[in-house]
Amino acid sequence: MAGFFKKSWAVKLVSLASVFILVQLLISAGFIDSYIQATIATICINIILAVSLNLITGFTGQFSLGHAGFMSIGAYVCAIITLRIGTTGSFILGVFAGAIAAALVGFLVGLPTLRLKGDYLAIATLGLSEIIRIIFTNLKITNGAAGLSYIPRFVNWFWIFIFTVGTVLLIVNYIKSSHGRACIAIREDEIASEAMGINSTRYKVTVFTIGAFCAGIAGALYASYFYDIAPKTFGFLKSIDVLVIVVFGGLGSISGSILAAIVLALISTFLQSFSEIRMILYALMLIIIMIFRPQGLMGSKELSLSLFKKAGKLFSKKERV
Amino acid sequence: MLEIKDLYVHFGVINAIKGISLKVNDGNIVTLIGANGAGKTTTLRTASGLKKPASGQILLDDEDITHTSAQYRVQRGISHAPEGRRVFPTMTVLENLELGAFLRKDKQGIKADLKRVYELFPRLHERRRQSAGTLSGGEQQMLAIGRALMSRPRILFLDEPSMGLAPLLVQEIFRIIRDINSTGTTILLIEQNASMALQIADYAYVMETGSIVISGSGAELMQSEDIKKAYLGG
Repeated sequence: MAGFFKKSWAVKLVSLASVFILVQLLISAGFIDSYIQATIATICINIILAVSLNLITGFTGQFSLGHAGFMSIGAYVCAIITLRIGTTGSFILGVFAGAIAAALVGFLVGLPTLRLKGDYLAIATLGLSEIIRIIFTNLKITNGAAGLSYIPRFVNWFWIFIFTVGTVLLIVNYIKSSHGRACIAIREDEIASEAMGINSTRYKVTVFTIGAFCAGIAGALYASYFYDIAPKTFGFLKSIDVLVIVVFGGLGSISGSILAAIVLALISTFLQSFSEIRMILYALMLIIIMIFRPQGLMGSKELSLSLFKKAGKLFSKKERV
Repeated sequence: MLEIKDLYVHFGVINAIKGISLKVNDGNIVTLIGANGAGKTTTLRTASGLKKPASGQILLDDEDITHTSAQYRVQRGISHAPEGRRVFPTMTVLENLELGAFLRKDKQGIKADLKRVYELFPRLHERRRQSAGTLSGGEQQMLAIGRALMSRPRILFLDEPSMGLAPLLVQEIFRIIRDINSTGTTILLIEQNASMALQIADYAYVMETGSIVISGSGAELMQSEDIKKAYLGG
């Protein structure tokens, strides 16, 4: 299942480093302008959001619509800290403070709400993210509906890359552990997993907290990169956007979420030239893709090196014929 | 080994279990029979910790486990193969069995028990790499029982293992239940197939709408006129 991550550490490290260096070189050489950089930042932030929501919804089967709420907590905490102090150190502190604050809220809210199932949980988490948004709209420290602006930008490709890879690895390792197996068992059949001695409440609250933590990181990166945040940025639609990426990539596939974040960003960039009917085309494409591939791009499978090998074999067979 | 004393269970305002008491002796097969809705499954689920009782006591080897978690009870040697099989459909047979041993840490012991389950159910070995959702009903039942055995239980709860199976398969399952019992595992069996259950049971309880109405040895109840009329079709 997790063939992509099974290859030796050296291979992974080299491929990650080469992606990083390639993009860094392109930025330094001026091939990537600020518009493309912003797109890359959006993709990475969406990857963090989607992978962490996939842990909750795809792997553990808990339908959550509150991701934008956790993201906004991370964004505001990080923004307030960097606005007050304004050093790179304060940015790192802000990211982790934001993530921990989001995780704490996720934990406290998860305890009572994770007893709910399916659509009930979706409505409860939706309500939670709206409450968070309204609190931020009414607080003085967050500057109300106008939000915070002129947040110092400390985020660059290096930090975005580090945090994206870090959160993805954190979640992949969690899923590959016996805890991850327990989460999948809860998704498949909660009663049976309880009968096996799996404490389903504990696992659900844990993944909810981890998911909120990662969403907090994503929010902090967002605040620092786009230096301007307002409560309306983190509305209900933001949660839906993340859910779309997860479902589009495949519930229960990490590489699917990553792929979907990239593909959807490319689609919407491509559609920029059709300004008025852009959203219609985007929605139409989603509908068509979901009709022909209802399990999402990857289903619950992972993109793996062995997959490439299989594809290679197919091609070589064809050539022989 | 297991004793239930004056147990009451509610679903909201409905009293599902109204003060039942029963006893399962070490090494026995004890069966709980009765019609749909009598409260058999609820009794079992309360005993394994999946449902909280309103009052009463559950004792395992004289230890009061009434208010302990399901995990604790699995560790103490209770294993429950729930009603309707409930295998993990997208996982392979092997992964299902491994999850049965979720709370265990002894790798060698798990390996030995896996071998034992494959010996009991050769079909599962043949299909170990197949996803559980693609198995037939009988195979899924074998998997559910095998998975429950992987925690190396001292007492095994089986909830309607014959449900929806062909008669020949039912016989096979009952033969295996006997086999498991002969290796020293105590069994508490719920059944609607009363005649099969009474044949293998050392002791039997009959439930009706939340209460136990008759109890006795399997052989005794087989002879009872009331039981014959109500449950054995004669």
